Amino acid sequence: MTEPTDVDNDLGLPSRRRFLREGSALLGGAVMAGGLAGSEALAASDNADNLPPNVPEWMKAPGDPMGSQLYGTPSPFEKGVIKNIPDNLPQYLSASGRTPLQDLDGIITPNGLFYERHHGGVPTIDPAQHRLMLHGLVDRPLIFTMDDIRRFPSESHIYFLECSGNPNYKKPYGKTASDLVGLLSCAEWTGVSLKVVLQEAGLQPGAKWIVAEGADAAAMTRSIPIEKCLEDAMLAYSQNGERLRPQQGYPLRLLLPGFEGNMSVKWLRRLRVAAEPTYSREETSKYTDLMPNGSVREFTFYMEAKSIITRPSGGQRLSTPGFHEISGIAWSGHGKVKRVDVSVDDGKSWQEAQLQEPVLTRALTRFRLPWQWDGKPAVIQSRATDVTGYVQPTLAELLAVRGDNYYYHNNAIWPWRIAANGEVSNASA
Amino acid sequence: MPAHKLCIAVLAVLGLASVTRAQEQGPYGIGRSATPAEIAGWNIDIGGDGENLPPGSGSVSHGRMVFDQQCAACHGAKGEGGVGDKLVGGQGTLATTNPVKTVGSYWPYASTLFDYIRRAMPQNAPQSLSNEDVYAVSAYILNMNGLLPADATLHAKRLSRINMPNRNTFVGDPRPDVP
Repeated sequence: MTEPTDVDNDLGLPSRRRFLREGSALLGGAVMAGGLAGSEALAASDNADNLPPNVPEWMKAPGDPMGSQLYGTPSPFEKGVIKNIPDNLPQYLSASGRTPLQDLDGIITPNGLFYERHHGGVPTIDPAQHRLMLHGLVDRPLIFTMDDIRRFPSESHIYFLECSGNPNYKKPYGKTASDLVGLLSCAEWTGVSLKVVLQEAGLQPGAKWIVAEGADAAAMTRSIPIEKCLEDAMLAYSQNGERLRPQQGYPLRLLLPGFEGNMSVKWLRRLRVAAEPTYSREETSKYTDLMPNGSVREFTFYMEAKSIITRPSGGQRLSTPGFHEISGIAWSGHGKVKRVDVSVDDGKSWQEAQLQEPVLTRALTRFRLPWQWDGKPAVIQSRATDVTGYVQPTLAELLAVRGDNYYYHNNAIWPWRIAANGEVSNASA
Repeated sequence: MPAHKLCIAVLAVLGLASVTRAQEQGPYGIGRSATPAEIAGWNIDIGGDGENLPPGSGSVSHGRMVFDQQCAACHGAKGEGGVGDKLVGGQGTLATTNPVKTVGSYWPYASTLFDYIRRAMPQNAPQSLSNEDVYAVSAYILNMNGLLPADATLHAKRLSRINMPNRNTFVGDPRPDVP
């Protein structure tokens, strides 16, 4: 297939970041921690003066004074935990950057590491000059300032957001969890229910779709079925407590829980209530799926149930046989995750993992399984089941139905291979 | 007027006023009315059926000039692709192992060309082309795909009527389809 240059998944391309990551994994870099290679294996580079029985140097002098950082940043020892962005894309205005899933704990993605997908770069928008226009099949066409939007009753919800091209179906498959499904993040969003704003304008009979448009250089446009707009759609202005980052749509974005990420239009400037979808370029030539017989699936909104083990995962190394917790994330656009099963014997048998409470609707769910690694080669993988009873499929099952010309909505199980020396790699690669 | 009738009259007036206000304001009374001119300035959506296409027209020959100046650097001199997507060719390849998705082979609606070029192209200066130039460059891209004669001039009606080869292959979402 001739690859378009404007794609969601850039992973066919080598990455300087990945090169650095693999290099650091081999050396046992600072990113690694706990039972993974790094902590004790690095003895050669440690300064024995700071180890027991000696008193470490950072206790012998005061630390940085209050106000050293007016907006806090991570420890310099975490400088390797950054977005995963290929360094040789043909262009960077319509491109994507990935969350380093394998370096994160819990379910909330720090705002600085939230995945990005832009179609015309990141605009710098003065909120005082930003307006949201709501028109079309409404009783009262309205224009809102950001102050107006913030006057509406607010609500906060934790939802995941995932790009539909995460990853595609063709080789080469990525090496790390981030390479594979790093176009995925989760945050607490605060804003106003779209339903409330629509009631303010008054929907007219025949309102079946809402066409959302961004104030970016792509004037990104998607049509959303009215049912979703009245169910759980939000106009979000804050993320994890602070105002949206520019990369996430500052000052205002649409948020459609469980739908493919590009539909949660960022830098939202216009909502047109309509009887028909607009058939924009993004919902016809992009974000549609080509079947083996040449037919094309359109308006494929939902992100189906999925999971991945993030620890241990590709690029990491188990430092020693013995106890290791297997940990990962699961999610479903159709609602809550019901259960996650983990196999440590290449799919021959499965054990139910523990789910971290609270399990939230259309949010990431952290799962864990205690494991004793015997030091022999192993293949580990996770399989999510959601409230609808849907079970995450294998890549082979997806390919058998959809073929590899299909591009989006790959929710396959991704097994990791653990070698005798503890190195973890993609078993499908 | 007896007091109770006056009272009813006052209530009636108040009631009427509140109905009028209900039509003018939503439940929270937040936001202001958008004027037709404001809406016209921002509503650049073109429907699949060509709804909202503006007046004006553009020829294939003028479109070639616009394309050479504004588009070819990224999309190739003949729309063969480069930094930007391939725009031409690929018809008949979608069911093969090497499908080539272009305007001619994949896009279901010709009017989407006008919509997308006007809103987002050229990438370094979106919404800078005149409607005439957008019609013209749309005409040229359709011409390169064999969907418009070289001597054609494109306008709203003609653009809406173009039958795209891939129009009828689009289907809805049947998922869950696996397993």
